[in-house]
Amino acid sequence: MKLTRGDFRPSYDVVIIGGGGHGMATAYYLAKRFGITNVAVLERSYIGSGGTGRNTTVLRANYKTPETIRFYQESFQLYATLQEELDYHMLRSERGLFWLAHSEPQLRNQRERALQNQHFGVNTVYLDARQVHEVCPQIDMTGGGKRPVLGAAYHPPGSIIRHDAVVWGYAGAAQRLGVQVLEGIEVTGLTIQGGKCVGVVTDRGPIAAGAVLSAVGGYVTNIADMAGIRLPIVSHPLQAFVTESYLPVLDHIVASADLHIYVSQSARGEVLIGAEIDPYSSYSTRSTFPFLASAAARAIDLFPFVAKLRVLRQWTGICDMTPDYSPLIGRSEVDRLFISSGWGTWGFKAIPVSGLRMAELIATGTVPPVLAPFALDRFRRDRAVPERASAGTH
Amino acid sequence: MPLLIPCPTCGVRPYGEFWCSGELPDGGHGGSDDAEADFERVWLKRNVAGLQTERWFHHAGCRRWVTVRRDTLTNVIDAQL
Ligand SMILES: Cc1cc2nc3c(=O)[nH]c(=O)nc-3n(C[C@H](O)[C@H](O)[C@H](O)COP(=O)(O)OP(=O)(O)OC[C@H]3O[C@@H](n4cnc5c(N)ncnc54)[C@H](O)[C@@H]3O)c2cc1C
Ligand SMILES: [Zn+2]
Repeated sequence: MKLTRGDFRPSYDVVIIGGGGHGMATAYYLAKRFGITNVAVLERSYIGSGGTGRNTTVLRANYKTPETIRFYQESFQLYATLQEELDYHMLRSERGLFWLAHSEPQLRNQRERALQNQHFGVNTVYLDARQVHEVCPQIDMTGGGKRPVLGAAYHPPGSIIRHDAVVWGYAGAAQRLGVQVLEGIEVTGLTIQGGKCVGVVTDRGPIAAGAVLSAVGGYVTNIADMAGIRLPIVSHPLQAFVTESYLPVLDHIVASADLHIYVSQSARGEVLIGAEIDPYSSYSTRSTFPFLASAAARAIDLFPFVAKLRVLRQWTGICDMTPDYSPLIGRSEVDRLFISSGWGTWGFKAIPVSGLRMAELIATGTVPPVLAPFALDRFRRDRAVPERASAGTH
Repeated sequence: MPLLIPCPTCGVRPYGEFWCSGELPDGGHGGSDDAEADFERVWLKRNVAGLQTERWFHHAGCRRWVTVRRDTLTNVIDAQL
């Protein structure tokens, strides 16, 4: 795909900082649904170089609170038709997602999750150990002889999709509508006059804007600092790795609530393994051996065949973690400065709904109901949206 | 090499023996009579890209708190406070 090269204009209706999924989707929907095409997306590296190109691509809607379920349901539906809408092939593949329990408390949690999901129209069922084994015989039901599988919440719609294709698809479609996608340009400051954001400063000069959106993933504190805003966000590294290709043996996505890992197999045959965030905040994307050793051991407990495979790649992305594991998205304290953040370890699946609804907010000035629970000031109002158990690792 | 934490009691130990409570807020962890200050201390973070003063609890060692300064860009710890 060819991006717009060459010079940027002195002024845009909307400037979007960050060429990840959230920035790119917002640009597309601004142009497509709201007719705002004088838009620039500024990316300091290459598009999709952040979390969007590093994540493990799990799409699902099996969350806990009604607010969050509604939000991710809408996203899941938009993802279902995204390839046709953007005319771009994204290898979307429905796999079915397990959330295994190896302890009594987790068993109760997974039962509760299934019931709650069903109540809000999400397809999640509770399976006992025998049923888990029937649906996915690849799982070692003894949990490596240490942590027997007692049951699971099973979410049949759980899917994977090619992550960089999502960014490219949105970028290409946005460009066809007149949006400029500019790589290699870094925002170094914001222009704020009388409490209103009127532009950005970049390493290639200033740009005026009618509205500015920060969509920089784990680096949001950097942009917020430019506006003198403090956020309830801590940036943590999240790592993952893949093995060399193997015969296609695993259809499902298997997550374990007790072992804090999840495993799937890509279309190329690589076994993809993810786990929890690093337990300290950091902006370093250097992968670590303790993570690899610990996550690999847990993956082998569930899938003994993985023990024979060699590790092909390991990588790290930086996640903007919120205290309640929910998004932090909407208006900021500064007029015409919008923030799309709090995507943590869970934000890839939210790209379509966040893009569409953020575009609506910027275009109309009214907060869409589906976004309202995730407002930036919710902790001040004592309105956390607790999703830790559902958003934890992916 | 895992991240190593210098403990004044036990020496330099791998981070897995510790629990990190994150950045040390201005004025420490104590409460106050000022609701606004309490709100900021509990919820708002500096999340600095650079030198950060933070606390680690040595749960698998002496079970004491350690305060260090770490560069969050490189993970190098340059001071124990
Ligand atoms: C290993 C891993 C696994 C994950 N697994 C899942 C999963 O299975 N499912 C799920 O839903 N989510 C998952 N996530 C989370 C998901 O990847 C992120 O929440 C999501 O990609 C965030 O998208 P974004 O557009 O907000 O940010 P990013 O994709 O990080 O994009 C931000 C962009 O902003 C640019 N930028 C930063 N600062 C500036 C600046 N000053 N000027 C210009 N540009 C700038 C960066 O270069 C970057 O390209 C995972 C994350 C990781 C790291
Ligand atoms: Zn000690």
